[in-house]
Amino acid sequence: MSRLRLTGISKSFGAIQALSDVSLEVAPGEVLGLMGDNGAGKSTLVKIVAGNFRPTHGSISIDGDTVDFHKPRDAQRQGIEVVYQDLALCDNLSAASNVFLGREPRRRVAGFRFLDYSTMHRRSAELFAILKSETRPRDLVRRMSGGQRQAVAIARTLLSNAKIVLMDEPTAAISVRQVSEVLDLIHRLSDQGISVVLISHRMPDVFAVCSHIAVLRRGELVASKLAKDSSPEEVTGLITGAIETA
Amino acid sequence: MTTLEQAIDFSQHRSPVSRILGSQIFWVFAAAVLACLALTLLTDSFATQRNLFNVTRNFAFVGLIAIGMTTVIASGGIDLSVGSTVVLAAMVISVLMSTGYPFWISAVAALAAAAAVGWLNGLLIAYVGMPPFVVTLGMLSAARSLAMVLSNNKMIWEFGPDHDLLLWVGGGSTLGLPHPIYVLVFLAALMSVVYRWTRWGQYVFAIGGNEQAATLTGIPVKRIKVSIYVFSALTAGVAGILMAGWLGSVTTNLGQAMELTVIAAAVIGGANLAGGQGTALGAVIGALLIEVIRNSLILLGISTFWQGMFIGCFIIIAVAFDRIRNLSSSD
Repeated sequence: MSRLRLTGISKSFGAIQALSDVSLEVAPGEVLGLMGDNGAGKSTLVKIVAGNFRPTHGSISIDGDTVDFHKPRDAQRQGIEVVYQDLALCDNLSAASNVFLGREPRRRVAGFRFLDYSTMHRRSAELFAILKSETRPRDLVRRMSGGQRQAVAIARTLLSNAKIVLMDEPTAAISVRQVSEVLDLIHRLSDQGISVVLISHRMPDVFAVCSHIAVLRRGELVASKLAKDSSPEEVTGLITGAIETA
Repeated sequence: MTTLEQAIDFSQHRSPVSRILGSQIFWVFAAAVLACLALTLLTDSFATQRNLFNVTRNFAFVGLIAIGMTTVIASGGIDLSVGSTVVLAAMVISVLMSTGYPFWISAVAALAAAAAVGWLNGLLIAYVGMPPFVVTLGMLSAARSLAMVLSNNKMIWEFGPDHDLLLWVGGGSTLGLPHPIYVLVFLAALMSVVYRWTRWGQYVFAIGGNEQAATLTGIPVKRIKVSIYVFSALTAGVAGILMAGWLGSVTTNLGQAMELTVIAAAVIGGANLAGGQGTALGAVIGALLIEVIRNSLILLGISTFWQGMFIGCFIIIAVAFDRIRNLSSSD
């Protein structure tokens, strides 16, 4: 059974048809590379899955159950987490504080509820260990490398027991060495049985981590195939329209 | 042999000594202590009990509000209305007491008036989305005007049946220390714990660090912001009540331009106007330094016209220190 199934998703904004009749499936632990030129509809599709928009037509199902998201919170409750391009971290707080931001564990002392830093540090150290990242819970995010920041953002999704993680251009603005760290992180998520939808412009990254590749062009799904049956050349052709469909 | 990892580890985990030497609070405190020592040697009047009593009491008022201001600044905002909130609270308590109400009821009413100012500030900033600078600038004007209306712009110096109690609360001392100092120490200790160990404290700093991230993680940003401005106004309200008792009379120019001194104290104490940084201890020590400078100019016979020059220089030096530290820590 597929973890995430999109059936006939269409979305129009007034006269503009952003997506038409897109159907996709993602299996548990699968990494799907979602590719396409600017304006092809990638972001719209991700925002629909994340609960920011509702589709005009079509349905979404998770683990076989049809879901209907009215707001991002609904999607979060169903185990969908988004890692934002700018990562949405607080630079002035520690890694552990960022991982637990908005859901801090507390301990009751003399009738008052205080933040439970020891649990926060221990749990985030465990999560960083799962991600095989060298990030230390007590370090300030301000002092971290791009790869470590990604680890913090991804550890947040592990904390909430996400089923599906949507990543929007995670490797767009970081150094080569950090890119490989991030790709490792994606592998770790996949190892945990978490499905990942990766939006990226970077062809090598997509072929390095994705088992499945989907290409959107002008709101239509023009290809959805296994990465090993495709090639960067073919995908480029599909994105630009040099190749009609595959 | 030192490997690269060890070097990195060392640079990221500094020893306690280097951490203290790198903190702005330490240097500001050192400056204040140095100034005190110099004054003790240079003048006969500084280290007298009477003068020290005055210094401690005077700085307590600024310190109290600076703790509220530090909270606002740490969340990425600013509150220019505190000086006017001081006079409004002082006027509410003195008008009520002079018409015969007991101290406690009048004090609660004064705090409620202050809280209302903060609540309105917070509401306009968080829910209407107006810039804090503009909202609190408007409130600076409005709240002082309200205090004038309340008192008909007259000086009030008769506080009804609880007259002596008010003077004792604001101007009295216990065990040799003026009462405002007790309030300041209590608030500084309380807020040090709150900043570090409560969700509210964590959220204040998260909002100051990255408001959008705070919103995305589900923190009730708007409600927290309102509570921050209410807290800031309440510290001004408490200071207003204490000042009324200390002075023994209230006029409508009480707390005039106080917001600038308070912001200066917070910034000298390490609050970052860009948001996300600040400590309660820093606010207190910043206020202490400003009061020591003010006092020393008077004692040394230097014209008080120079006071603004000294405080201005300290603000700029404090911010410059912060800038230099950031430059050296980023590669």
